[in-house]
Amino acid sequence: MSGLRVELARVVLGGRTIVREAGFTAPTGAVTGLIGPNGAGKSTLIGAMLGLVPLAAGRVTFEGADLAGMGRRDRARLAAYVAQSATTEDRVSVRDVVGLGRIPFQSAWQADTDEGDAAIVAAALAEAGMSGFADRLYPTLSGGEQQRVQLARALAQTPRLLVLDEPTSHLDIRAQLLVLELLRRRAAGGCTVVLALHDLNLALNHCDHVAVMKDGAVVAEGAPASILTPALLLAVYGVHARVLPGAGGAAPVIAFDRPAAEAGPQYPD
Amino acid sequence: MAGAQVRRSGSSAAAALRHFSLPALVVLLLVSATLAITFGPAEISPGEAWGVILHHLGLRPESPVSRLRDAIVWELRLPRAVAAMGVGAGLALAGTVMQALTRNPLADPYLLGLSSGAALGAVGFLLAGAALLMPLGAFLGSLAALALALLVAQLLGGATPSRAILTGICIAALASAATSFLIFWTATGDSYREILSWLMGSLGGAVWSDAGLVAASLVLCAPVILAAGRALDAFAFGDAAAASLGVEVTRLRWTLLTATALLTGVMVAVGGAIGFVGLVVPHAVRLAVGTRHRRLLPHAMLVGAIFMLWTDTAARSLFDPRELPVGIITALIGAPVFLFILLRYRRIT
Repeated sequence: MSGLRVELARVVLGGRTIVREAGFTAPTGAVTGLIGPNGAGKSTLIGAMLGLVPLAAGRVTFEGADLAGMGRRDRARLAAYVAQSATTEDRVSVRDVVGLGRIPFQSAWQADTDEGDAAIVAAALAEAGMSGFADRLYPTLSGGEQQRVQLARALAQTPRLLVLDEPTSHLDIRAQLLVLELLRRRAAGGCTVVLALHDLNLALNHCDHVAVMKDGAVVAEGAPASILTPALLLAVYGVHARVLPGAGGAAPVIAFDRPAAEAGPQYPD
Repeated sequence: MAGAQVRRSGSSAAAALRHFSLPALVVLLLVSATLAITFGPAEISPGEAWGVILHHLGLRPESPVSRLRDAIVWELRLPRAVAAMGVGAGLALAGTVMQALTRNPLADPYLLGLSSGAALGAVGFLLAGAALLMPLGAFLGSLAALALALLVAQLLGGATPSRAILTGICIAALASAATSFLIFWTATGDSYREILSWLMGSLGGAVWSDAGLVAASLVLCAPVILAAGRALDAFAFGDAAAASLGVEVTRLRWTLLTATALLTGVMVAVGGAIGFVGLVVPHAVRLAVGTRHRRLLPHAMLVGAIFMLWTDTAARSLFDPRELPVGIITALIGAPVFLFILLRYRRIT
């Protein structure tokens, strides 16, 4: 079976079941959006897919190989991960942060001055539009710039599977579109892309495939236009919404009217 | 044009510096050691010092100086210099590793209570009559302090830098109280004073067996730590980030923390609780060579060795013939640096 397959995944953290029997497929060469309200378990499921969080039950395979169960180093050569935010107090340069992406391919005593690695790092910086930042210190960057540097680091891992947790959360609209365009290009090049997203309009117009999570389970999966319907948004998010056709060939837009009185998740605050 | 020119020559100078900084430090270390041996009441020239060393290494048939002066070099000053270099290198290495693993710029074997734990273990074994096993006691003590610190961090739900320091203060206070009690209960007159001066950190009385022990611990631990240089870089963004880059986080952390505890234990057994070296040296070196551990670790080792050599030389010659515990000097230098780090990393505490 090609692509990423998650089957009956269950994750228990601190006695609480965060993910219950979740399953979805991310086809090879497609951008798959993982959506759902806060606390639905998206980040935890992503962590479990990559072996960062233990899987209590279920299976995660990538191109037929057991992804969650394989050795860390083998997995790091196959799959790259970009977390929601990554901060450090170390005065480390942007180029060195992107260089971290080469770690899975380097041996402990190998010299630091590998020209192949330097070229990959430079290309990754250019692809993420961060070449001009190479010599800046990472902690001095804005949240959005840091996010793009982390994306460049993931690209430097030359991944066949790219998993991103809210990669656009700190980005302005232009940067969001640039990042999604980049991911689409990567997917067209054969990479399997999975990203957790909050912006449903981005999911509708930029993903090939979406999986919807609620309360730790995947409740729907398929082509965005057939999944992101007013009925599903009401059931999952508890909001009344309409999908407006884009005028004159423009992309369709989801408009949100008001929160439903009783349905949907309750937020403690 | 001119700007580009300057930049190019600047970067080639930087490249040259990158290339030669380690050999330069090795040369500086050898020169420092030679000079340190010449310091003291009995006048020894650098040439004589090397003559004595070559003679004892079997490379020179006769010693260039009298038997007494030969003994001053070979039995007193040289083993002490070797021990100082090793202790400095070991503490700097331990501090660098702890700062990376805990993502805590204030981490240091002394501040996190490891040194106090080691001192308790050492004094305990010493007063129990097992003086030869003192290094083992120190290792067990520092390991216990480390385990306690990690346990408390777990209970607190994660070790932030300030939590780690507070835990360290608590562990240090507890271990110091136990050490004082042991000394108060068992030690008499002379041994009391001796233990006290050792506790403040002193390399006075270091002999070849001490120097050998320090060297052996470095030979054992340094390669393990140096080999983890790249993995330590990956810890900059936390455990999950390191794991996603293929680092075996748990196994590496325990390996490196055990090596750190071993180094700290041996250094404390030989030199007492010498504070702040593991804090000052890594930060100073980071300013000069950057944050990548492949470069940082060996530089920190060498700078730590040079730093300790000179502070120890100052400790024994500033108020000659009285000797100052070297821990007082490292604290005098280290405490202001600690403050500087606090101000610089304001956001994290």
